[in-house]
Amino acid sequence: MHSRYEVVIGLEVHVQLTTKTKIFCGCSTAFGQHPNSQTCPVCLGLPGALPVLNQQVVEYAIRAGLATNCQIAPRSIFARKNYFYPDLPKGYQISQFELPITEHGWLDIDQEAGEKKRIGITRIHMEEDAGKLLHGGNSGSRVDLNRACTPLLEVVSEPDMRSADEAIEYLKQLHQIVVYLGICDGNLEEGSFRCDANVSLRPFGQAELGTRAELKNINSFRFIKQAIEYEVERQAELLDDGGKVVQETRLFDADTGVSRSMRSKEEAHDYRYFPDPDLVPLVVDEAWIARVRAELPEMPLVKRQRYVEQFELPDYDAGVLSAERGVAEYFEALVDLHAQPKICSNWVMGEVMRALNDNESTIVDCPVSPELLAGLLKRIDDNTISNKIAKTVFDEIWQTGKSADQVIEEKGLKQVSDSGAIEALLNEIIAANMGQFEELKAGKDKLTGFFVGQVMKLSKGKANPGMVNQLIQKKLSE
Amino acid sequence: MSFSQMSIRQLQQSLRDGKTSSVELTRACLERIAVTDARVNAFVTVCDESALAAAAEADRKLAAGEGGLLTGIPIAVKDIFNTAGVRTSCGSRILENYIAPYDATAFAKLQQQGAILLGKLNMDEFAMGSSNENSANGPVHNPWDLERVPGGSSGGSAATLAAGQAYATLGTDTGGSIRQPASFCGVVGIKPTYGRVSRYGVIAYASSLDQVGPLAHSVEDAALMLGVIAGYDPADSTSVDCPVPDYLTGLDGGVKGMKIGLPREYFIEGLDSAVKQAVEAAIEIYRGLGAEIVEVSLPHTDYAVACYYLIATAEASSNLARYDGVRYGVRQQAEGGLSGMYEKTRAAGFGDEVKRRIMLGTYALSSGYYDAYYLKAQKVRTLIREDFLKAFEQVDLLLTPVAPTAAFKLGEKTDDPLQMYLSDIFTIPVNLAGTCALSLPCGMDGQLPVGLQLIGQPFDEARILRAAQAYETETDWHKQRAPLD
Repeated sequence: MHSRYEVVIGLEVHVQLTTKTKIFCGCSTAFGQHPNSQTCPVCLGLPGALPVLNQQVVEYAIRAGLATNCQIAPRSIFARKNYFYPDLPKGYQISQFELPITEHGWLDIDQEAGEKKRIGITRIHMEEDAGKLLHGGNSGSRVDLNRACTPLLEVVSEPDMRSADEAIEYLKQLHQIVVYLGICDGNLEEGSFRCDANVSLRPFGQAELGTRAELKNINSFRFIKQAIEYEVERQAELLDDGGKVVQETRLFDADTGVSRSMRSKEEAHDYRYFPDPDLVPLVVDEAWIARVRAELPEMPLVKRQRYVEQFELPDYDAGVLSAERGVAEYFEALVDLHAQPKICSNWVMGEVMRALNDNESTIVDCPVSPELLAGLLKRIDDNTISNKIAKTVFDEIWQTGKSADQVIEEKGLKQVSDSGAIEALLNEIIAANMGQFEELKAGKDKLTGFFVGQVMKLSKGKANPGMVNQLIQKKLSE
Repeated sequence: MSFSQMSIRQLQQSLRDGKTSSVELTRACLERIAVTDARVNAFVTVCDESALAAAAEADRKLAAGEGGLLTGIPIAVKDIFNTAGVRTSCGSRILENYIAPYDATAFAKLQQQGAILLGKLNMDEFAMGSSNENSANGPVHNPWDLERVPGGSSGGSAATLAAGQAYATLGTDTGGSIRQPASFCGVVGIKPTYGRVSRYGVIAYASSLDQVGPLAHSVEDAALMLGVIAGYDPADSTSVDCPVPDYLTGLDGGVKGMKIGLPREYFIEGLDSAVKQAVEAAIEIYRGLGAEIVEVSLPHTDYAVACYYLIATAEASSNLARYDGVRYGVRQQAEGGLSGMYEKTRAAGFGDEVKRRIMLGTYALSSGYYDAYYLKAQKVRTLIREDFLKAFEQVDLLLTPVAPTAAFKLGEKTDDPLQMYLSDIFTIPVNLAGTCALSLPCGMDGQLPVGLQLIGQPFDEARILRAAQAYETETDWHKQRAPLD
């Protein structure tokens, strides 16, 4: 970071919502379909077609607002943002301008040394996405309007961030929240979470903000960091040389690591925003807000804290288990069935995550349900099987979907706790190793492990190790 | 056209009785169009074949005792309504070959009741005009005097009725575009309350003002048509979920005890004396029928035209942005890449009045001017609406002239947009207030019809229809026919 200037960053994030249908028509929002196959008169902007607001989008916007500590407006207005571009079928984008659905929120981000920093959220508003241009050689450019009218939330932060790292921390947390809320798939490559960064510098101690540059449409955390750092250096050099930063929009090229000017303030559009007369004011009553609030999932930070307090888990475990909503739900379902949180945590963070990784699967597709896993843990707990055998049983459940009891039964993995049977095995081992047994008798205690190990081996791991130990002691005292 | 003096209900009865057939009616209309429309120019598209095929189908249904309220009745709609498979050009070169893949809701409702579509009617380009002279298809001529305008923008919708070519039509009214042509052509036209009829599939001019309505030979026919097209449509967020009464029931209830207000701001200098006389005579008839007549005030009337030309043009500038040559309509190839194509397409595709309004509206919304023009106009609009609501605390309905004059001559006002705009001075406030009004014939200025406007409370179309019916029953103006061979 440059030492002479304070860096000021504000972020605008476009969050693509996971509603099944578009924001103003009934067309599907599915990604990667044949161009223009998911269109209708409304999203094609045909003459005479009219928008009808998808209530699910409002529901999602309220969720996002509540989860980021915003106030939900009882009445909000859709506005038209007017500009010409071939991917914009109506010649305007329906967005919100003067009265957005939600404003005045904040997020706390982690800083070094466990400190928290509060980042203000100016507003979150609903809008429709544009289509896509497919540029192709001699045939000219083509327009695909499948994405047109896809619902977005634009989340605008206050210029509260002071470094690229803070910006990334804010973005990661916002990303986690929208994914947690189930309103965004969080897929950065497919553009489900896109970021514009406003960056400016000012001498330390100066109150007013410097002139900002806007970095457009960056779709990975790493590139955002690179783009901001590049921009900070660029502006610092300009200022050092006695120059001035020009207000402009810049495009970052991830391949070269350099940004270039897209348009200056003078070339900026006059969007001529005005209330969209095709849509009535959106009224959200207290009951609606209350219902969404009640249905809001516990946010990751709160959950993490609760895991530490309620389940007495180490903070590390709590962090891992709460980071992803599906994992947390899996873990909690498991604890409900098997009230030993630390053992549950070990298994989820251990075997479950390992197997998911190995199989490139996700928790929602995990073939070992919390019920199946609880059935397994119960058999460890009641000494039917050992921890070691349990891992084999887990793999078998993963493959077959059978219950632990079925697998143990079919494979004959039940721990042997019949003292007669174990004694017979022990006698066999003693007979074969009389020398060592004498030494043990003479006080060479270390050899206990050897005899336990031999019995376990002979029993193919099924002998109850505690019992083996007891029997050895009994033999020694005879 | 021996049936033209019959109401749609009577006509349908004789269809059901087998005294005539839909094919016969439809053929008669098509013949009348063939004989007269070279002079009137009411139609931009005539659907000969499909109309006769639909009529034959209607006859089968009627014979089987099936069908709806309009089965077998030949109608036509303004070329602003999307009609799947039939060209919808909206009076513009930019859409001259445009065929929509879907139907406007209002038109679909007519079809569901069995109406036969004769074709699409001429209009001012994108419904912008008061004389039907701003059409890419050439002006419509008033059947009462072919040298005169039929009014606009629904000029074709009114003229075709005056010419005896159809039994009823649909128009749209943004600042008087149904009522003023109805007045100029001596027919009945209703502008329903904003939200009463779905705008879905109707090409937008000014979304917060546009409203669909019927034009017809009589109040009863207009009431029947309105009943068919009215009602909430989930595809139009601005349509209102409010019960639609049966407009025919109670139509003959009379006006005894009704309180009719005369807004003093509408009886002003500049009002043509023949129009004034006709309206005053109508007032006396209402008095005679037992209505109470009182003077009221709509104090912000003076600002209505200015307010309208800011709001309507602002919305139009945005609504018409989609005609960019990218997806549909006529595209002009040009040097200079994308912006060159946009500029040439829109320069060649739009007529002068449309360009004038797009520029006006763009200006009114521009950064730095928004507050002074668009926002101020919205505030004035609120005041105008309040004027009406206050007046309706005192009276049941308002009675005014429709236009300051009868039909003017073709070309008379084309060089003076402001004079043209002022011909809507009595109709525009109703759109700004969002309430309902109708126009019905109330006299003659020489050989030209004069119209009377009845303005009702929001969603109270039933009452102005009843008042109109009472007047019509008492007079014969609606039975006058244009002298067109």
